[in-house]
Amino acid sequence: MSSITLNKALGNEAHRFKSYDIKKSLIETLVAGLLALIVFGPVVGVVLDGYSFNWQPARVAWMTAIVMAGRLALSLFLQTQTGQRLSHRFTHADSGVHVLKPDHRSRLLWIMPLVVLAALIFPAFADKYLITVVILGLIYVLLGLGLNIVVGLAGLLDLGYVGFYAIGAYGLALGYQYLGLGFWSVLPLAAIAAGFAGCLLGFPVLRLHGDYLAIVTLGFGEIIRLVLNNWLTFTGGPNGLPVPAPTFMGIEFGRQAKEGGTPIHQLLGMGYNPNLKFIFIYVVLFLVVLAVLYIKHRLTRMPIGRAWEALREDEIACRSMGLNHVLVKLSAFAIGASTAGLAGVFFASYQGFVNPTSFTFFESALILAIVVLGGMGSTVGVVIAAFVLTVAPEMLRSFAEYRVLLFGVLMVLMMMWRPRGLIRVSRTGVRPRKGVMAKVGGA
Amino acid sequence: MLTCLDPLAGRDKVRVSQLTDGTLIVDGIFLQQMVNGLTLGSVYGLIAIGYTMVYGIIGMINFAHGDVYMVSAYLAAIGLAVFSFFGVQSFPFLILGTLVFTIVVTGVYGLVIERVAYKPLRNSTRLAPLISAIGMSLILQNYVQISQGARQQGVPTLLEGSMRFSIGTGFVQLTYTKIFILIAAFIGMAILTWLIKCTKLGRMCRAVQQDRKMASILGINTDRVISYVFIIGAAMAALAGVLITMNYGTFDFYAGFIIGIKAFTAAVLGGIGSLPGAMFGGLILGVAESQFAGMVNSDYKDVFSFALLVLILILRPQGLLGRPLVTKV
Repeated sequence: MSSITLNKALGNEAHRFKSYDIKKSLIETLVAGLLALIVFGPVVGVVLDGYSFNWQPARVAWMTAIVMAGRLALSLFLQTQTGQRLSHRFTHADSGVHVLKPDHRSRLLWIMPLVVLAALIFPAFADKYLITVVILGLIYVLLGLGLNIVVGLAGLLDLGYVGFYAIGAYGLALGYQYLGLGFWSVLPLAAIAAGFAGCLLGFPVLRLHGDYLAIVTLGFGEIIRLVLNNWLTFTGGPNGLPVPAPTFMGIEFGRQAKEGGTPIHQLLGMGYNPNLKFIFIYVVLFLVVLAVLYIKHRLTRMPIGRAWEALREDEIACRSMGLNHVLVKLSAFAIGASTAGLAGVFFASYQGFVNPTSFTFFESALILAIVVLGGMGSTVGVVIAAFVLTVAPEMLRSFAEYRVLLFGVLMVLMMMWRPRGLIRVSRTGVRPRKGVMAKVGGA
Repeated sequence: MLTCLDPLAGRDKVRVSQLTDGTLIVDGIFLQQMVNGLTLGSVYGLIAIGYTMVYGIIGMINFAHGDVYMVSAYLAAIGLAVFSFFGVQSFPFLILGTLVFTIVVTGVYGLVIERVAYKPLRNSTRLAPLISAIGMSLILQNYVQISQGARQQGVPTLLEGSMRFSIGTGFVQLTYTKIFILIAAFIGMAILTWLIKCTKLGRMCRAVQQDRKMASILGINTDRVISYVFIIGAAMAALAGVLITMNYGTFDFYAGFIIGIKAFTAAVLGGIGSLPGAMFGGLILGVAESQFAGMVNSDYKDVFSFALLVLILILRPQGLLGRPLVTKV
């Protein structure tokens, strides 16, 4: 009903502005051009070269022209009826959860088995490069899923998420170096250690509200990176540490077994295949991602998952309803962190080497971009976004220098266009039982 | 230890360590680090003003502010290069021209960033402006990297020479650049204080900070005041950019990140939303960091600052001069 009145109002307004206000558009275009000239002129047009510089006026002219053309188009478009409807939608962004019909059956039920099947036969046909790209994609899926719990579900903006990732990766490297631990023993340990670190960080910062929390976690992530970088005697500093290749029940994947025993290609009686290590990591990683997906799917339907979302929407209301906000937030932090720990172990064994440059703030921003793009709280969205943001740069090697710029533009535009992400979170509705319906209808 | 005397001026440290050669005594180091800390701190304070004003007025952490400072450092170098190209050689004209140029252009940056990335999100979800600001920060870094190249940039030394005071067996060295920075930062803060305390614009800013809705009911164009606040913050960052560039000599497109977080620490330390708090917090952070670098370990001075930030936020989130925040339903 409200949409009808809205359309009517907009219609009236459009009627009033039947002819375009060309003068206004031109003024806006000129102002935008002037600002673009001031902003781009010095930085783009004067390229520093030692203590002197080179003029580059052509680039400035191009950028100013593009900005002016864009502004003119936007200004004219916003005066049309469609434009006004769009701008109205922007300023009154609706922010609810989409509720599906009670008897809705997700199409994912059909798609999921197909995806799993495809994923399991995929390594047989792929070359090493493709497998490594997909492994990287899956690692980011894992990271995205973990951060999605913290940011998307619980609404706690964590900018130091990469710190937990580093704990996982360095857990494997240091555990091997000092304790002689291998991939399988570190995998659960890293998850526990990262989860514990999450609790440790989470406990004191729970009193802080959103923005402060973001900065404290950012500081935490940077502290971890700086300590890894500076503690030369323990972590090897910027030179990093070697990481052992994973084994399967004590069987190694190398050409020769380092720890004794027979390597797997001799055991199976076939030639040495350097891809085997990556195929193995891929399979284990894929199974872990499936497990995490399932656990997350269940968690969102459990009381704790509902509590996360409720806390995100209104903390005060939640606390007055008797929810223990400390426990709820801590659990989100710990589960998110332990997922990052898992991802870190896979990353370390995939690279065979760790050093602090893999754990900069940009990594945190990338994972955040995955969550934001995918839709906060939406699992399918995060999986798709993780693949798009990690695989697309591999495909577009020639645009590599614009990658960060594109991420930035994407984050700003997404916040304007769809602050809740590309794929909206939807939830299956509940239909009241027949008897209840009759009573409601009767009254 | 002597190699890490000065966290700000890379060029002085060689000179100091060669001349003194282990003859410095503790109080000499202490006073020298005090001077370094005050210089560094006054610059942190200038950048912190941008964070604190924006936070006070729209309750948002302007994550891209550190990168606005970074852009202003580039603008300062560009200004110096262009002005000397056109034959301006005397120091006062050169520095004045560069200052005006940098402050104006950076102010426009502040305005444009607010218009493009934050204004459309006024009524959006709570996290939206923060994420948009992170995006803006990435955009600025990459934009400068693409247009200016990824290599380190530098400016020549503008003010040569220093003063020296003997204390016991050691001495304290005050370069003219540092004296200039202290004076310029003080003047900048004084002008800002006057602007906020005594002008109509300042009164409008304070009104909007106290109650945005009420201010707009009383006829203040709040959108315009918010734009002004962004411009003022960017202008202060520009002043800091010129000063740090003069002292430090080198910078790159990533320089805004660390300094941005430290300036934010300073703003939080003083109590976010409070102007004197930002200046005060900047000085305290600068001195604490320099003393830590001189006395304990300079490798971990960034860790020290971040740890300080975490501790303040946990123990006293309202800062030294701030009022505790009460959430109402």
